[in-house]
Amino acid sequence: MTTTTVDTHAVDHEHDDHGPTKGIKRWLFSTNHKDIGTMYLIFSLLMFFTGGAMAMVIRSELAVPGLQFVHPEFFNSMTTMHALIMVFGAVMPAFVGLANWMIPLMIGAPDMALPRMNNWSFWILPVAFGILLSTLLMPGGAPAGGWTMYPPLILQTGDAFPFLIFSVHLMGISSIMGAINVIVTIINMRAPDMTLLKMPMFVWTWLITAYLLIAVMPVLAGAVTMLLTDQFFGTSFFLAAGGGDPVMFQHIFWFFGHPEVYIMILPAFGVVSEIIPTFARKKLFGHDSMVYAASCIAFLSFIVWAHHMFTVGMPLTGQLFFMFATMLIAVPTGVKIFNWVATMWRGAMTFETPMLFSLAFVFLFTIGGFSGLMLAIQPADVQYHDTYFVVAHFHYVLVPGSIFAIMAGAYYWLPKWTGHMYNEKLGKLHFWLSTIFVNVTFFPQHFLGLAGMPRRIPDYSVQFADFNLISSIGAFGFGLSQLVFVLVILTAWKGAKATDRVWEGSHGLEWTVPSPAPWHTFTTPPKHRIADEAFE
Amino acid sequence: MVFASTASAEWALNMPKGVTDLSVETYDLHMMVFWWCVAIGVVVFGVMIISLFKHRKSQGAEPATFSHSTTAEVIWTAIPVVILLIMAVPAAETMIKLEDSRDPDISVVVTAYQWKWHYKYQDEGIEFYSSLARPSVDARRKQSGVDVMGVENYLLDVDRPLVVPQGAKVRLLLTSNDVIHSWWVPELAIKKDAIPGIVNETWFKANDVGTYRGQCTELCGKDHGYMPIVVEVVEPEAYQAWVDTRKDSDPRLASAQ
Repeated sequence: MTTTTVDTHAVDHEHDDHGPTKGIKRWLFSTNHKDIGTMYLIFSLLMFFTGGAMAMVIRSELAVPGLQFVHPEFFNSMTTMHALIMVFGAVMPAFVGLANWMIPLMIGAPDMALPRMNNWSFWILPVAFGILLSTLLMPGGAPAGGWTMYPPLILQTGDAFPFLIFSVHLMGISSIMGAINVIVTIINMRAPDMTLLKMPMFVWTWLITAYLLIAVMPVLAGAVTMLLTDQFFGTSFFLAAGGGDPVMFQHIFWFFGHPEVYIMILPAFGVVSEIIPTFARKKLFGHDSMVYAASCIAFLSFIVWAHHMFTVGMPLTGQLFFMFATMLIAVPTGVKIFNWVATMWRGAMTFETPMLFSLAFVFLFTIGGFSGLMLAIQPADVQYHDTYFVVAHFHYVLVPGSIFAIMAGAYYWLPKWTGHMYNEKLGKLHFWLSTIFVNVTFFPQHFLGLAGMPRRIPDYSVQFADFNLISSIGAFGFGLSQLVFVLVILTAWKGAKATDRVWEGSHGLEWTVPSPAPWHTFTTPPKHRIADEAFE
Repeated sequence: MVFASTASAEWALNMPKGVTDLSVETYDLHMMVFWWCVAIGVVVFGVMIISLFKHRKSQGAEPATFSHSTTAEVIWTAIPVVILLIMAVPAAETMIKLEDSRDPDISVVVTAYQWKWHYKYQDEGIEFYSSLARPSVDARRKQSGVDVMGVENYLLDVDRPLVVPQGAKVRLLLTSNDVIHSWWVPELAIKKDAIPGIVNETWFKANDVGTYRGQCTELCGKDHGYMPIVVEVVEPEAYQAWVDTRKDSDPRLASAQ
C-alpha cells in the first residue's frame, strides 16, 4: 500500500505546486476528487429541486378531491419521474459526492484510485438525466408506468420508452464505475496504520454499499434490457402471450430494488455515525458491532426481495420465507439505533445543525423502521400493500432518513469544504422547518393508507380529503424550507474562518488538513496513529 | 372540509376491522405489531430524550469514556429476536389460513381490463362487467364543474357490483386481459394481483351483510384511479333471488335451462 501511494506521488509531483486550471476546463476535465465531489453534490441538489417540483405537482393535484390541474396520464408521469429522479438523481449522487470528497480525506489518500474514471462516472449523469427529462416533451409523454417499470404496463409507454431504458443504463454504468472507484480506493489507498476495523464508519458503510452496487446494478440493467428486447426485438421474457412471465420481471427488479434501498440508507448510517460522536464528544459506541450490523443488513438485503410482492400469488412456503427473512432485518437495524443512543448516553452534547439533523434522523428513521416491521407481517401487508401506508413508510426512511443524513453531512463538512463557518441561525431554521413539515407531509399518509387510499391515483374519494390537504400543505412547506438550504450554501463563504478541526469534538484524518481543504491533500501518506492521538 | 370530516368519520385513522374472520385476525395482527412498536418506541425514544436533556454540555456534562459493552449488545440483539418470534408465529398462522382456498361454495373468475372488472360466476354462468358508476364518471373529468363532495361514494361506486351470499366461502380466480391490476377490498382483507397469463386464487367469507368498497391497487395506466370494486354481501335467499333474476334477464342462460 505504501509503495502504491508513494509511486503515485512521484508521478504526480509536477502537479503538486500549481492549482486547478481556470474556467470550464477545470470542471469538464477534472480528475480531482474534491472538484468531482462538488459537482456531484451540486448536481444532486439540482435534481432534488427538479424531483421536488414534480412532488409539488403531485401534491397540488391531491390537495383536494376532484381533478384540478393535470390529466391522469401526466399525473402518472410525475410520480414515475419524481421517483426516478429522487432515487437515481438526488439521493445516490449526493452520497457519491460525499464519498468523493470525504473518503480520500478520511483514509489519508491523495485522491480516488481511478481519477479519470471518476470524471466519466460523473459526466454520464447529466447526460442520463438530460435524456430522462427530455421524455417530458416526447409524443406519448414521459414514462408513466411507475419507477418500478412493471411490464406489461411499461411497454405501453410512447416514444419515451427506449430513452427511459437508455437513461437507466447510463445511471447504472455511472453507479458501477463510482462503486468500483470507492472499493479500489478504500482497499488500496488507506493510510499505512489504518486497518480495516479502524476505518471510520462512513468509509465502512460506503465500502459495503459499493459492493451492493456492483452486485445489483447489472441486474437492473439486465431487467431493463429484457424490457427493451420484449418491446422491439420480438422476445417474450415478460409477455404472457409469448409464453413469458410478467412476475419474473418483478423478481428480477426487486432483487435489484431491495439492495437498492440499503444502497440509499447505509451511507446515511455512516454519516450519522460520524456526526453523533463528534457532538456527543464521546467515541462511537460499538464500532465493530456497527460494522457487523451493516454487513448483516447488506447480506439480508439479498434474500428479502419478494416482500415487495406479497400479493402476486407466490407459494405459501415462499411467502413464509420472505416474511421471516424480512423480520430479521429489524435485528441489525435495531443494533445500529441502540448503538447511536448508547453513543449519546452520558456524552456532553451540543446541538449544532449537523447534530440536529442526525438526531431527527435517528427519531424519524426509527419510525420508518417501525412501519417497515409492520409491512413485513404478510397478512397485514396484504392490507398495506400499494396504499399510502407504504408511501408514508418509504418517505420516512428516505426523506428524514437518507436526505436528512445528506443534509447533516453537508452541514458537518461544509466548513471543511469552504473554509468558513456557515450561518448557524439559517441552518437551524432550515432544520426546524424541514423537520416540522416533513412530519406534516408524511405522517397523515399512514392514516390515508390504513383508511384504504391506494397509491398512484390522481383523485380520490372524499373521505380521504382532510389528510390529503394536510399532507399537501406540509409538502409545500417542506419544499419552500429547502430554499433556506440554498441560502445557507450561497452564504457559506461569508462566515467566520473555520479552524482545521472545525468542531470541538471531531476526530479523524479529515480534520488534520487545513480548512478549506487544499486542492491536493495527503500527497504523502499520513501516520494514522499520530492523527488519531492528536485529538485524544 | 366539514363535510369531508363527517364522511370520513368511520374509517379515518385506522385499518377497518372488516367483516371476515381473517380480516379481524389481520386487524389484530396489525394492532399487535403496532403496540409492540409503540412499546419499543417509548423505551428507545425515552432513553434518547432523557439523554438529550441530561447529557448536554450546557448542563455541565462531562463525556464518559466507555465505547463498548458486550453484555448490552448481546441483550439488545437477543430481546428483538424474542419479540420477532412472538410476532412471527401468529402472522404465519394467519397467512396459512389466508392461503387455504380449498372447498369454496362459490367460485368467481375475475378478469381485469384497462379499466374495469369482469366477473364470471363459474357454476351459475352469470357474467358481467363492472365499471365506475355514472355520477363519478361525470364528475371525475378535469374541471368538470361538478362538486365531487356532493357525489355519493365518489370514485367508489360501480354500475354492477359483485353480489355474494353472506357466510359462503367465495373463491376468486383472478387474471387480467392486459396489464397487471390488483383486486382489493379493505373490509374483506384480501388483495390479490390480476396478472395476464396467470390465474391467482384468493378467498373470503363475509359474516355481515353489507356493501363493501375497494379499488384497483396496482398501477394500471391512466385510469388506474377509476376502477373501483363494490361487493354486495346479501342474505343467502336474497342471493338466490338475484341469481334467478340474472338468469331470467339473460336470454342465453334462459334458453339453456
